[in-house]
Amino acid sequence: MPIISISNLSKSFSDGTNALDDVNLEVNEGEIIALLGPNGAGKTTLISAICGLLKYDSGRIKVNGYDTVTEYRRTRKLIGLVPQEIMLEPFETVYDTIRFTRGMFGYPENKELLNNILQKLSLFDKRKQMIKELSGGMKRRVMIAKALSHSPKILFLDEPTAGVDVELRRDMWNVVGSLKSKGVTIVLTTHYIEEAEMMADRIALLNKGQIIFVENKESLMARMGKKELTINFQSPISSIPEALSKYKLALSQDQFSLIYSYDNKASRTGITRLMRDIASTNLILQDLKTSQSSLEDIFVRMIRN
Amino acid sequence: MNLYAIAAIYRFEMARTFRTLVQSIISPVISTVLYFIVFGAAIGSGIQTIEGIHYSAFIVPGLIMLTVLMQSVANASFGIYFPKFLGTIYEHLSAPVSFLEIIIGYVGAAATKSFIIGMIILITSSLFVPLNISHPVWMIALLVINCVTFSLLGFIIGILSNNFEQLNLVPMLIITPLVFLGGSFYALEMLPSFWQTVTLFNPVMYLISVFRWAFFDVADVPVFHSFLATLVFSITCTTIIYWIFKTGYKLKN
Ligand SMILES: Nc1ncnc2c1ncn2[C@@H]1O[C@H](COP(=O)(O)OP(=O)(O)O)[C@@H](O)[C@H]1O
Ligand SMILES: [Mg+2]
Repeated sequence: MPIISISNLSKSFSDGTNALDDVNLEVNEGEIIALLGPNGAGKTTLISAICGLLKYDSGRIKVNGYDTVTEYRRTRKLIGLVPQEIMLEPFETVYDTIRFTRGMFGYPENKELLNNILQKLSLFDKRKQMIKELSGGMKRRVMIAKALSHSPKILFLDEPTAGVDVELRRDMWNVVGSLKSKGVTIVLTTHYIEEAEMMADRIALLNKGQIIFVENKESLMARMGKKELTINFQSPISSIPEALSKYKLALSQDQFSLIYSYDNKASRTGITRLMRDIASTNLILQDLKTSQSSLEDIFVRMIRN
Repeated sequence: MNLYAIAAIYRFEMARTFRTLVQSIISPVISTVLYFIVFGAAIGSGIQTIEGIHYSAFIVPGLIMLTVLMQSVANASFGIYFPKFLGTIYEHLSAPVSFLEIIIGYVGAAATKSFIIGMIILITSSLFVPLNISHPVWMIALLVINCVTFSLLGFIIGILSNNFEQLNLVPMLIITPLVFLGGSFYALEMLPSFWQTVTLFNPVMYLISVFRWAFFDVADVPVFHSFLATLVFSITCTTIIYWIFKTGYKLKN
């Protein structure tokens, strides 16, 4: 059973914006799924609908088998949310604010656990400080600490690294990594495709309120990812030699190399034959390089289509 | 019931009170003492007694009511308005908390605070004038009921307000006049008969009248009417709250 299952979810705002359009999505327990998509795609709206921040027009959301509207107490208890924006009470101390969240989720204070969370996020020294005295990065850490205060089974991170310094980003991914190893399911949205590429098990692409696809990251890269072999020569070549005309080759701008595109999942890539044919010409090899298209390339291509 | 959530909200709100101790407790007490001096000592020296009660004593229930009603509304409305303003309301919406629990937390804290203020004023007043309370149990009960009902009203105002102006508008334009014209400082029969009739439509007058009855065993209007008015007022507030809850009005898009 998927831990989150969304069926036929639609939502339009009172101004007529169709933010979600018949969304279907399943999230498996323990996985990291990245929601990607351009600004305004509906990522935040989707998360908000699951977490109870807004009402939706039609469809159904189940978390751990329970309906998020009629059985909200059961579903929300499992969820921790780090919203896109920093929203904190300025006149509260760091410790008090995470204790507040834990209380809201129905748990008694647990000093050891809360201090532990603060330590992991390098907030322990600041626990008695008021929020208003913290820097932006520290506030973001507090937002994460709040979301973890009730040990959720599912964590939503809405653009957690937007405008965040390198150190925090690293700490954040460490936390995400350790949560994953404890079996926590993580749903994140990000603009940084490298991050999704690095962290996620699966990728869902949203555009204009619709899910374009959901796919395993590896299979996506393999299916969509073309590989390129760049063959460098010692001296420039003015045109592609006759002997190589049967291959799909492109000549680089500086004329020092040929670029061969191939499908790395195909049973025969044609590389061996190509190399043999190159050897039969009088071209002298300088270097070889292969590269794989990134998720970013893939998405730019997909959204354009 | 998510009791821990109620406790978290209550604790947060009470902490806010004590953080702003001067503003939230000391200042209402000081202004009451000032009223007391101005009305009791200055004006009261001319009036002497109303319905057999020394004027300085006569105004005590009205003074308590005045402060308690305004404080209840102000506290509860600010309490729920701020999370909306700061965006921290996302926590209330995403936590396994029912609307009822949120209300109990905020209204409970606001009512507690105004009850404490009411008691402080009562004690302060007793330093100025001797007070013999005829129906102490009723006095406390009425104080509690009014603290709760007006905190509910404040909660409603806080939810419906879209900005700070609106937040201040209702208390300023409606509640303050109703309280001042509700007989805090005078007996109904001291007014010209036309204004007496007008005042009968002021719900706050009933609350003050019965509260004064609890103190001195005299009332402007029959005690039964006052209880009825209190009941109607509580039911109205509860109904509005229920409607907001049912529709998610102004809380969820
Ligand atoms: N409260 C709102 N009222 C009206 N439109 C909204 C509201 N929130 C979001 N939208 C619109 O819904 C669409 C999806 O927004 P959002 O979910 O925030 O996108 P993303 O998080 O993918 O950038 C956008 O067109 C946005 O303008
Ligand atoms: Mg967003």
